[in-house]
Amino acid sequence: MDTLALEAKANGQEKKSSAPRPRPKPPKKAKRIVYFEVEIMDAKTKEKLLLLDKVEPTSTILDIKALFHKSNPQWYPARQSLRLDPKGKGLKDEDILQTLPVGTTASFYFSDLGAQIAWGTVFLSECYGPLLIYLMFYFRLPFIYAPKYDFSSSKHWVVHLACMCHSFHYVKRILETLFIHRISHGTMPLRNIFKNCSYYWCFAAWMAYYINHPLYTPPYYGQQQVKTALIIFLFCQVGNFSINITLRNLKCPGSKVKKIPHPTKNPFTWIFALVSCPNYTYELGSWMGFTVMTQCLPVAFFTIVGFVLMTVWARGKHRNYRKEFHDYPTLRSPILPFIL
Amino acid sequence: MSAPAMGTTKTAHSDVAPKKKRGPGALATAYLVIYNVVMTAGWLVIAVGLVRAYLARGSYHGLYYTIEKPLKFFQTGALLEVSGIVPSSVVLTGFQVLSRVFLTWAVTHSVREVQNEDSVLLFVSAWTITEIIRYSFYTFSLLNHLPYLIKWARYTFFLVLYPMGVTGELLTVYAALPYVQKTGLYSVTLPNKYNFSFDYHTFLILTMVSYIPLFPQLYFHMMRQRKKVLCHVEEYKTE
Repeated sequence: MDTLALEAKANGQEKKSSAPRPRPKPPKKAKRIVYFEVEIMDAKTKEKLLLLDKVEPTSTILDIKALFHKSNPQWYPARQSLRLDPKGKGLKDEDILQTLPVGTTASFYFSDLGAQIAWGTVFLSECYGPLLIYLMFYFRLPFIYAPKYDFSSSKHWVVHLACMCHSFHYVKRILETLFIHRISHGTMPLRNIFKNCSYYWCFAAWMAYYINHPLYTPPYYGQQQVKTALIIFLFCQVGNFSINITLRNLKCPGSKVKKIPHPTKNPFTWIFALVSCPNYTYELGSWMGFTVMTQCLPVAFFTIVGFVLMTVWARGKHRNYRKEFHDYPTLRSPILPFIL
Repeated sequence: MSAPAMGTTKTAHSDVAPKKKRGPGALATAYLVIYNVVMTAGWLVIAVGLVRAYLARGSYHGLYYTIEKPLKFFQTGALLEVSGIVPSSVVLTGFQVLSRVFLTWAVTHSVREVQNEDSVLLFVSAWTITEIIRYSFYTFSLLNHLPYLIKWARYTFFLVLYPMGVTGELLTVYAALPYVQKTGLYSVTLPNKYNFSFDYHTFLILTMVSYIPLFPQLYFHMMRQRKKVLCHVEEYKTE
């Protein structure tokens, strides 16, 4: 037997009996990586803040922000806005350097977005506040109403029902924030937490004061009114939840690819055929139900203000959808079918 | 409901002086000139009315009644300025006009007992002089023939007139408080069908308190404007 066959046998069964002779390797071509030079300037004063050389062409904006953060520790990446044009739009974190319309020396303009806070923190503070504040009024803690009413309980069953609905609403939102929502931006400006919390907490206190007041007047049409309103409220809560689940399922974790939401097998999502942001539609419906249930003017004010805000947000989202997707369904309205 | 992600930076509103670069069109200019001339004339009528009444009676007392109607008419007419056509900051102007209209109607008109107070005369005179200067300033600016005297007056008189007006306003609101409490004016109490209550007395007190943060801001804004406008002109003159 020749040596080759002996070797082949010795090397075990997994090798093929006739191993192909290795082809001569082609001469290795030196891979030319064109390194980028990155210059970061202040958007307002145009002064040069940092010059980075030997930057990988495949680095993302986030990588560059991390490098900038190293030399300027007070500006963590979430605070930085890098732009190609001082007055233009901020570049996205996931944009890759070599895909941008820059030469091998890229110039970015930096502006400070101000102190940032995680969106989750803001959302949770917004929701825990009203939950606890309402309960304080419900249990009639001291110094809110006249001392003789301290820790007393309302004799109207609609007041107990309203407390359950209000609490359910905010517990649902807290759970959604923790487990369901997927927001593309990681942070928002710090001042938002003060703005948003003031809004939610003050309105919650205002509503709760009247609903749990010893002199509260139950709805004019009694049981019928309360029962109908409760059904509307629950229907819209389930609807809102369905929409949130649907929107979550659109995005894979970590992916920032945007997709058009469509109606699914769940009947509550069929409204997607007519509306871009049905989560806001259902939220409006819930609060209208709550208003009718409690027949309380401050609740009506809260519903109206909320409606105005949500309409502004819905129209913004609708506009973004239409800009991003050319085949976006034309039948859809931002928040109210055919109207708004 | 989910809040929008990432707040956007707010651009500051333009300053109070009208910009010559982005001037309104011919029709808008004509409308504005007429508006400002009418308002100047209106406040002159009020000023003349006050002076004549004072000379006739020989005392400051009860002069409000002589100019009540034109005051209401022309101060309310200033609401047209909030439309945004007039070249000045909508937020600041709007706020000032609303507070003036509030004082004219919701305090002085509504609470008859304060109409004889001297504090009413105090803020009415402050408003009258301020408005005459302000509207003539706008008129001349629109016609591009602004005498330096008017510009100087506009950015200088406020130093005295502003605190004078604020004092008059606060004293008037304070004087109205006991009557509002006694009669329960504009107030709603529980229990009621809509489960709502409003105490106008407390609201007036809160309004007075709000002057503390707001008045200095407006005053210093005007002082900054004064430096910008008057010092810039001086620089220009010396060149």
